[in-house]
Amino acid sequence: MATTEFRVAPDAHIVVDGDACRGCTTRECVTACPAGLFVPLSDGGILFNYEQCFECGTCYMVCNTHGAITWRYPEGGAGVVYRHS
Amino acid sequence: MTAEFDVVVVGAGPAGSTAAMQLARAGLRVCLLERGPAAGSKNLFGGVVYPRVLDDLVPLWREEAPLERWVTRRATMFLTDSQALSVDFRTTAWAQFPYNGATALRPAFDAWLASKAVEAGAVLLTSTTAVGLLRDASGAIAGVRTDRGDGDVSAQAVVACDGVNSFLAKEAGCAGPSDPADYTLGVKEILALPAVEIERRFGLAEGEGADFEILGGTGGVGGGAFLYTNRETISVGLVLSLPSLTESGRRPEEILAEFKTHPAIAPLVAGADLVEYGAHLIPEAGVSMMPKLATSGMVVAGDAAAMCLASGLWLEGVNFAISSGAAAGASVAEALAAGDVSGRRLEASYRRRLKEGFVLADLERLKRAPHLLLSDRVQHRYPQFVCDIVEEVFTVSNPAPKPRLASLVRRHVRTTGLRWRDLARDAWASWRMLG
Repeated sequence: MATTEFRVAPDAHIVVDGDACRGCTTRECVTACPAGLFVPLSDGGILFNYEQCFECGTCYMVCNTHGAITWRYPEGGAGVVYRHS
Repeated sequence: MTAEFDVVVVGAGPAGSTAAMQLARAGLRVCLLERGPAAGSKNLFGGVVYPRVLDDLVPLWREEAPLERWVTRRATMFLTDSQALSVDFRTTAWAQFPYNGATALRPAFDAWLASKAVEAGAVLLTSTTAVGLLRDASGAIAGVRTDRGDGDVSAQAVVACDGVNSFLAKEAGCAGPSDPADYTLGVKEILALPAVEIERRFGLAEGEGADFEILGGTGGVGGGAFLYTNRETISVGLVLSLPSLTESGRRPEEILAEFKTHPAIAPLVAGADLVEYGAHLIPEAGVSMMPKLATSGMVVAGDAAAMCLASGLWLEGVNFAISSGAAAGASVAEALAAGDVSGRRLEASYRRRLKEGFVLADLERLKRAPHLLLSDRVQHRYPQFVCDIVEEVFTVSNPAPKPRLASLVRRHVRTTGLRWRDLARDAWASWRMLG
């Protein structure tokens, strides 16, 4: 993954509602995200980072907890930049 | 500042660039928005393009388009953990005019197609994300809001080609909430190898390419795998059904790593350096997930409108995007000339054009294919069934005499847990689709 270029935006385009996650036992985002951006915390919450996101949308599609993941496109020019795909 | 255009096209992928090109050629003022720093920089596919759809639109595409290799070898493989059965087809016909498929890299291909829209007169704005729709007093869509500081782009019509996640189709009310069962996740590695080494490993003549579509190899997760040869890289990846992936609790990159160690795959990818890894969603479910195609002041095309063919036998998307973009562009140009961009008019003329071409004909005919393809039988039992039969047929078990085929098939139907009724039903369903 270190090979793929990312231009990191100052603002996160993924927002996770930690309170909503605490009630979640299935944690689909943790395994399905192809960039491994979601990390479960011992207190039941989710730690996430947005910097190396492929912008695929898998996380919000598989999330079973309504409103837990708010996902939009990063600001113009920021985010993943594919060169060889 | 409010920029004034006749039409704003959102997304400079194949659908958007083709729509913008058609609209600009009709003499309209067209703004083409792209959220990446260049057209194609957010896009990822397998992949192979079938560019003959461009014959009328860009007649010189064979000379101009940045293609990697003409596909002359197409194999369909069935993998189990320890076996592989291939239907391996080669033809010299695909290496000469009029050609068939070619491997391509989207950053290069999409940027080239966008340059054709710009040549036709469209204004391409890169690094600009459309964040919402503008509406006029009557509620009709009249442009988009962008994330540039002063960035409303007003227009008489919008063409939404904003990809598989299309937030514009949702905001316009054309698409409802997404159902994960309608999507697959594509993950892909680009691996570098010298051109001569690729040609040696895949048994190819210079400049020619291979396309391997694979059933099995996905660690029990519904989907498939692929392997394509580019000029100096190979594309290796998986397509995974979202519900099946989450149910398995496995990580996509872990399944891909395992796939690359399969005895039939490992020698092809050995020693190649990773150049890029990425992921993208695929609208898998065809017509059953298709949004409303138009509303007042807006039409939807490409992946945003689920115009992508995931049928197993045929896996196509870029040509569907190009054809739907051309139809969308022509319909909007016609509506603007008539001074009527109502949803009813746009929908009728867009749908008529899509029906005249291959987009809706193919998607309608193959509408049951994605469901059949992701069924447990096709995913797991049939690959095991055919591989076991072939293994036993070719295993010389002397001193025992050769088994009779009929009894062998009967036995393997039983051991694979298949039922004759299901075999007959799947055969009939496939024949009805393809026959």
